[in-house]
Amino acid sequence: MNLRQRRRLTNRIALGLSLAAMSFGLFWLCWILYTVFDLGLSGLSLDLFTRMTPPPGSSGGLANAIVGSLLLVGLATSIGTPIGILAGIYLAEYGQRTPLGVATRFINDILLSAPSIVIGLFVYAACVAPMGKFSALAGIFALALIVIPVVVRTTENMLRLIPSSLREAAFALGAPKWIVIMRVTIRSAKAGVVTGVLLAVARIAGETAPLLFTALSNQFWSLDLREPMANLPVTIFKFAMSPFADWQALAWAGVFLITMSVLALNVVARVFFREATKS
Amino acid sequence: MQVDMVGADGLPIGAGASRPGPEITQVGAVTDRLKKYPTRKRRSSFLGDLVFFNVTRLFAALVLLMLGGIIASLVYGAWPAIERFGIAFLVHSDWNPPAERFGALIPIYGTLVTSAIALFIAVPVSFGIALFLTELSPAWLRRPLGIAIELLAGIPSIVYGMWGLLVFAPIMSQYVQPVMTAALGQIPVVGGLFRGPPLGIGLLTAGIILGIMVIPFVASVMRDVFEVTPRLLKESAYGLGATTWEVVWRIVLPYTKVGVIGGIVLGLGRALGETMAVTFLIGNNNVLNTISLYAPGNSITSALANEFAEAGEGVYSAALIELGLILFFITFVVLTLSKLLLLRLGQQEGSRT
Repeated sequence: MNLRQRRRLTNRIALGLSLAAMSFGLFWLCWILYTVFDLGLSGLSLDLFTRMTPPPGSSGGLANAIVGSLLLVGLATSIGTPIGILAGIYLAEYGQRTPLGVATRFINDILLSAPSIVIGLFVYAACVAPMGKFSALAGIFALALIVIPVVVRTTENMLRLIPSSLREAAFALGAPKWIVIMRVTIRSAKAGVVTGVLLAVARIAGETAPLLFTALSNQFWSLDLREPMANLPVTIFKFAMSPFADWQALAWAGVFLITMSVLALNVVARVFFREATKS
Repeated sequence: MQVDMVGADGLPIGAGASRPGPEITQVGAVTDRLKKYPTRKRRSSFLGDLVFFNVTRLFAALVLLMLGGIIASLVYGAWPAIERFGIAFLVHSDWNPPAERFGALIPIYGTLVTSAIALFIAVPVSFGIALFLTELSPAWLRRPLGIAIELLAGIPSIVYGMWGLLVFAPIMSQYVQPVMTAALGQIPVVGGLFRGPPLGIGLLTAGIILGIMVIPFVASVMRDVFEVTPRLLKESAYGLGATTWEVVWRIVLPYTKVGVIGGIVLGLGRALGETMAVTFLIGNNNVLNTISLYAPGNSITSALANEFAEAGEGVYSAALIELGLILFFITFVVLTLSKLLLLRLGQQEGSRT
């Protein structure tokens, strides 16, 4: 085999392997989604949304877990978002080169990938242990801590995309800096900031680890924030690990709900992101 | 212009001053937005600026405080165990809650082994995917395929866990593990890794699922850094008659080396801290007397997830918190390394243009 043939052969093999790698990735995605659809759809019924989580061996639904999850995620997002946006504004508009800005940006990127179970431990030590019991409040706190880094990162990135000429135009009209930021830059970056919030919601919607020892779970209907609250991820964890067939069926239905909402959020976030960066 | 470049977390990568934004110079639009703001109030603008600046600065500092708070509370919570076991905690494999004897060796071993298996799978596959997305794929397929891989990152880890336990593990124990034992079990040194009862759940299965979960993170960093390679360099090589593979292996990879390693290390950071999927699949066994990868074990995260809520107060929970502290320390170092590597690639890029 001469050199030319060998080089072409190597190239063929490498590109073939690359194609194989791509198929490998898609293969798992399709297989997992197929299973989730297959086993999840059969568990969907009106009962799922109207009845409480059952004791083993009887029928029931996930109503309390669904409502609990919505409440936890909603409150955590509404606490984490303003904090994240304000910190992001600081990073983009004031602290691009200040020591605080540089340090915060660095730490924020690390918190973005930090293990979420450690956040759960932190909230346990800071909130559950002093209060003496698990509570939905602690769960909200934990989820909000996960929302913040995601929102900070996108807000900063999106604000930096706004051309300086826009800011300069506003300054030239005599507007003070905070009015420029609130009425001009943030508004122009609105779609991008929304992307960040949606991604943050998608991220915490399926988070289980930080809820295990904060919000815990609750077999009954409860909207009291000072008590443990039922939520989908922890319920799925409990039901999936159990040997009972009807619990596992409910867990699959729950997995279906979570996966669909997370994927839908991701897709919507992408649409907003395109909107935001369209030039 | 590449505007749909989204990073591992679905966040835009490298969005910054370097990318030319839309040139909006319509002063009219700006005046309209400022109209609601009456002249009289502008006198107090100094105060408004001061307040606004300090509020945003406060929240930026809050992010820093979060890190400090996490470290402080973990050290405080773990103190009884640190005091009692000292450095021996790291090297003892005894995990006996009733006797209050704790050693972290087995969870640490489990975490490291599963992460190693994950990287062993994820690195070559991610490289292939990044190569496919940057060099091979027809332009119209790039976006949908990129999104598909990122959706893999969007699937919550509990879904991977449940799927792995109920769908994948039975297949592992029935088909894959017996075949692997037959094929690899007789090799002198590494054979021991692939012998033992094929239970399905265990270190190997957990590592494989972890690998699949890490692929999208590593692949999207690799793709993004590959795209940083100047077109000029690649086209010169193509012009000299290089094949696609040679361009990637000899031009793109050396140029983006630092970033590629940064991406791999980011994947490692993710793998180390992944909780739910591992908890479902690792088998939660605190005894380890074989080097077999089929053996059920325990990882730092799965020990925490399974035992912490029931541990109550005392040395038991302190020992678990110390596990969390060790995990946080390791991931912190790993993620810092990854960030520094990726930053270095960014600087290199800046100096060459």
